Amino acid sequence: MKYAFYPGCVSRGACPELYTATIEVCSILGIELDEKSLEGASCTGAGVLQEKNQRLGDTLNARTFAMAEASGLPLMTICSTCQGVMAQANERLLSDSDYLESINEDLLEEGLQYKGTIEPKHLLWVIAEDLGIEFLKSKIVRKLPGWKLAPFYGCYIVRPSKALGLDVNPDRKQALEQVIEAVGAEVVDFPGKTLCCGFPLLTINPKNSINMVANHTLDAKDRGADAMVTPCPLCHLNLDGYQPKASSVSNREIDLPIIHLPQLIGLALGIEPQKMRLNKHIVSTKKLLSELAVSP
Amino acid sequence: MEVKLKIRRYDPESTDMVAHYQEFALQMDDAATVLDGLIQIREQVDGTLSLRCSCRAAICGSCAMKINGEAGLACNTKIIDVMPINGSPITIEPAGNMPVIKDLIVDFQSFWTKIKAVEPWLQPESKQPVAEYIAPEEDMIHLAGVVSCILCGACVSDCTVMEVDENFLGPAALAKAYRFTRDPRDASDDKRLSVLNEYGGVWDCTRCMKCVEVCPKGVDPMSRIMMLRERVMENGHNNTNGARHANAFFDSVKHSGWLDELKLPIKSFGIFNIKAMLGLIPLGIRAQLAGKRPPIFHKSIPGAKNVRKIFEKVENK
Repeated sequence: MKYAFYPGCVSRGACPELYTATIEVCSILGIELDEKSLEGASCTGAGVLQEKNQRLGDTLNARTFAMAEASGLPLMTICSTCQGVMAQANERLLSDSDYLESINEDLLEEGLQYKGTIEPKHLLWVIAEDLGIEFLKSKIVRKLPGWKLAPFYGCYIVRPSKALGLDVNPDRKQALEQVIEAVGAEVVDFPGKTLCCGFPLLTINPKNSINMVANHTLDAKDRGADAMVTPCPLCHLNLDGYQPKASSVSNREIDLPIIHLPQLIGLALGIEPQKMRLNKHIVSTKKLLSELAVSP
Repeated sequence: MEVKLKIRRYDPESTDMVAHYQEFALQMDDAATVLDGLIQIREQVDGTLSLRCSCRAAICGSCAMKINGEAGLACNTKIIDVMPINGSPITIEPAGNMPVIKDLIVDFQSFWTKIKAVEPWLQPESKQPVAEYIAPEEDMIHLAGVVSCILCGACVSDCTVMEVDENFLGPAALAKAYRFTRDPRDASDDKRLSVLNEYGGVWDCTRCMKCVEVCPKGVDPMSRIMMLRERVMENGHNNTNGARHANAFFDSVKHSGWLDELKLPIKSFGIFNIKAMLGLIPLGIRAQLAGKRPPIFHKSIPGAKNVRKIFEKVENK
């Protein structure tokens, strides 16, 4: 299976470990990533650009979709925020042909036209739907030692549910749990798994943002989680990067590693932790990985 | 069909006063709503079960509560749609982010205080007209979605910011505020936008879309908050972390095609905000040590000039 790969800004910036782990995992799972088609694609706007100008955001995303269409490949992302913002833009573009036509006028100069055939797909959905959980299970070579893992979807891969096709594909609401179970770990369910990690408030209201980090990580930990798994690099940045602060604000030790989805899969596929930069997290994964009998 | 409801009970006048869950098994028609189930319990099983309801038709907004952990109106939620596949009961809890008075009844005092805080009434500039105010039809059509709000509190119940900050005005009040800033008969935009720019206003929304998802009337509160952000900035309020963040993000994508993660927090807090800059240092050091610092020299994407051209085209529209 081959995809036009849209890595997003964060996996090329503050989360290089996500990018590396994705490349490693996709290579083993036979997911071929075409990095060329979308190398000139812009940021989705992440919902922030849309605060200033939604039409501009829709135009930039239509441009990315047109590039993917030109490659003849389906579009895959590894960022929940990119997934959500692209799905919302796509919904607006596809529900109003006059709007799409006027957006396309602004793409004409570059020789691009969006015909409306793209469905952006997160790696999580590619694995659960295009490859299938059974296929993933068949590739597993390393058993994870009874880890209890809390799923953390965050917001943009579950809401708005209609734009993300959750009504048509209800299994998407359980995809992360399915992967956790497929790799042989135990799911620690908790109500915060589809709530906000606090990242969007980080520079606007740091106090609220850090309280969100504290609430979610402590809740998961109190329910017995050894680590948290997320398909969103922004959730990772906040839950990992600001965990020390959340710990001091809440006056409790947290020490809960925040693992990217492909890092978890990669461990079960037998990839060495340091190849996926698991030793490059703010909250150390050393204790967790020591049970794997390989040092990070 | 057989239905199991697990209801959170709390009675401040009982001897133990401890909130607990109680399970009820019922026989219900396939077309029954959650409210039908609750009324059946109250009328036939346990007359002490307390809940608010009135119209039973999603008009009055009385029966918002948490159904399987997510806010909704009990009267327009069919039991068959929320029955867990694994046979476990449907969980019914009072709305969140408001204190519980008894069982499924919560205290709306803070809700009304916030609605009142945005002055939800027309404040026209000119003298009252002799007959009625005339508003262009298209303006009122634009407001049709937001005036559908029935003040049920579902959005407030599930707001992820109100969970950590009771000062936040919240989705219902902000959507209401939007409705008045966009009403052509209202003339106090400057005052309204300046209040909404304050702490607890439009910038404190975390864009989680929970309110969009749970609103039973399609009010889409978060989009209204985002439109208010745009209006606040257009109105000249660019001196908040939120506005600086949006402007820095915009500039970064415009000039390089993607996000400069290193400059974004610096520009958002403001480089001369010494306290915030010092506050960034511990994270900066941790990120540096972990090899997670974004590149110092931010390279443009290939063809960034094409992205810039699109910005120019759309900005000039």
